[in-house]
Amino acid sequence: MAELITYRDAVARAIAQEMRRDERVVFLGEDIAAAGGVFKTTKGLLDEFGPVRVRDTPISEEAIIGGAMGAAMTGMRPIAEIMFSDFLATCWDLVAVEIAKSRYMTAGQVEVPLVIRTANGGGLRFGAQHSQAVENWAMMIPGLKVVAPSNPADLIGLFAAAVRDDDPVMFFEQKSLYPTKGEVPDGEIVDELGKAKIVREGDDITLVALASMVPRAVDAAERLQEERGISAEVVDLRSLVPMDTQTVLRSVTKTTRLATVEENPRLCGWGAEVVSIVSDEAFWDLDAPLTRITTPHVPLPSADALEDVTLPSVDRVVETVAKVVG
Amino acid sequence: MTATATDVGDAIDQDTKLALYRQLHRLRKFEERAYRLFMDGLVKGTSHLSLGMEAIAAGFGEAQREDDLTYCTYRGHAHTLSRGVPMDGVMAELLGRANGVCGGKGGSMHLTSVEHGVMGSYAIIGAHLPIAAGAAWSAQLRGSGQVTVCFFGDGATNIGAFHEALNLASVWKLPVVFVCENNLWMEYTAIADVTAVEHPAADRAGSYGLERIVIDGNDPDAVYLEATRAIEHAREGGGPSLIEAMTYRHGGHSRADPGTYRPQEEVDEWLARDPLPMYRQRLLDAGVSESDLTAIEDEAQADVDAATEAAKNGPLPELDEAFTDVFADGGSSWRN
Repeated sequence: MAELITYRDAVARAIAQEMRRDERVVFLGEDIAAAGGVFKTTKGLLDEFGPVRVRDTPISEEAIIGGAMGAAMTGMRPIAEIMFSDFLATCWDLVAVEIAKSRYMTAGQVEVPLVIRTANGGGLRFGAQHSQAVENWAMMIPGLKVVAPSNPADLIGLFAAAVRDDDPVMFFEQKSLYPTKGEVPDGEIVDELGKAKIVREGDDITLVALASMVPRAVDAAERLQEERGISAEVVDLRSLVPMDTQTVLRSVTKTTRLATVEENPRLCGWGAEVVSIVSDEAFWDLDAPLTRITTPHVPLPSADALEDVTLPSVDRVVETVAKVVG
Repeated sequence: MTATATDVGDAIDQDTKLALYRQLHRLRKFEERAYRLFMDGLVKGTSHLSLGMEAIAAGFGEAQREDDLTYCTYRGHAHTLSRGVPMDGVMAELLGRANGVCGGKGGSMHLTSVEHGVMGSYAIIGAHLPIAAGAAWSAQLRGSGQVTVCFFGDGATNIGAFHEALNLASVWKLPVVFVCENNLWMEYTAIADVTAVEHPAADRAGSYGLERIVIDGNDPDAVYLEATRAIEHAREGGGPSLIEAMTYRHGGHSRADPGTYRPQEEVDEWLARDPLPMYRQRLLDAGVSESDLTAIEDEAQADVDAATEAAKNGPLPELDEAFTDVFADGGSSWRN
């Protein structure tokens, strides 16, 4: 049996699944308990698990992330919410300099098994300080794992894998996906970090996408087939660290062309790393220059028309791919 | 000051006093040796010493339960040693040897020994206060009865993490003792010149519903008694304490800094209040024999000499170690 649920409801289901399984899993963040989350992603958790395990915090991101770290290194499995991923900047020292490096600096004495989940990305007209796609910030830091699901079933399965992982995992939920729906099987769902998925098969070009760019890449692929007779394969990368480069390389070897579809601003986006790897390891299989489709290197504007012209659109993917395939 | 030498000393038994004396000398002689090894080029990078400030680490170390947790700073040699971490491993870590407590991957600023409850030395000012609060939250959740002690300098009191941690610890009544070692100087700037209140930690305690506590951080007995009180208060569910311990570093901030930015009269005044000779006299006055004290001092020196030899003779880390312990699988691989 399967059920059609929203990406939003998948969040609470994923957290509940793990909290039922393991008493060490606790959840803290701003407005997550009594209010059920500002995006209503955590509704019902306080009722089921109580105020000791589901805990509202002050607006103190360093206390939230530092608190989660201290708990993780002493036997707990905390889940910390940072309401908007933009706010990670206020506690980035804890994330990048403390959490990420502790295992290494202590030669493995300290373990920090926690999940930081956060609403990431644009598309909701929030403007430049509540819309950033910052998964590449986390990707640059050795010691962090980085996950960004594109649909409800993946969200639950990857979240479970993240909570059960012994490393710190940055879990980026794309906030414009919250109302989207997807089929979710009954029962416990546990996925695996570091496994990309081919979500649409094709022969002429590989589109590698992440989170909200996955449905856009799929829509673009449908239109490319209908309007231009181009067959695009779409790979949902799902996790940036660990990265399933083998699935990408196999796909590119077959299609001989690659475009990445990235929500982040241009410089140092995750696609640059993908392009670099493909260039190094599949160069002689290629029939076209490697291409990146990204948000231009600008902060995100608020007005509908302006935000729409910056984020990679289905139209832009179609036009760019048509040129690459020729 | 809330406590002075004369009114607190009698409450402490002689064995504890001798243990404090022994610890003071171990820490002093270790730091003197660390300085020399830095000047000789054997300790690389940087080194921050607790010379003159030993009474705080000694007093708390003596008051902590074996399974209690310590979070300290890049100036953390003393706090690590005072939890019983073997001196050999600490000295070897300073020298970047494989037999160091972190296998040479941490160095002077990141001493850690989880098996002794030393959960890390943190080198970003103030960062470890919320982490210590989190460890205390964990102890509360697990019902372990452990108390977390978190040491930091006066400079940390003007950073946001200090305030976020204090507030959360107080609201959640966490079993944590925050200890501000106020040595009057942040790095090269006097804390008084850049802070709105006279006592940078204690004068903020009221903002978090906590008692204002200032102690003489150069008096081992005063530190030990206040540490014992605050730790028991936390263990019994009374919540956090914030203690400001007044002290002074004999040397500079780090490395070879001579500390010449400090007025000579101030330095002289505090050198006259060096905890070691002061405590020696107190023990002599209490009837401990000179030869017993000298024996303790000699033993501390012998320990440091032996640790120095063990460190100098320790193996260098295998080069492969640079690529281990990034992730839980033991390695550093981020792709397939």
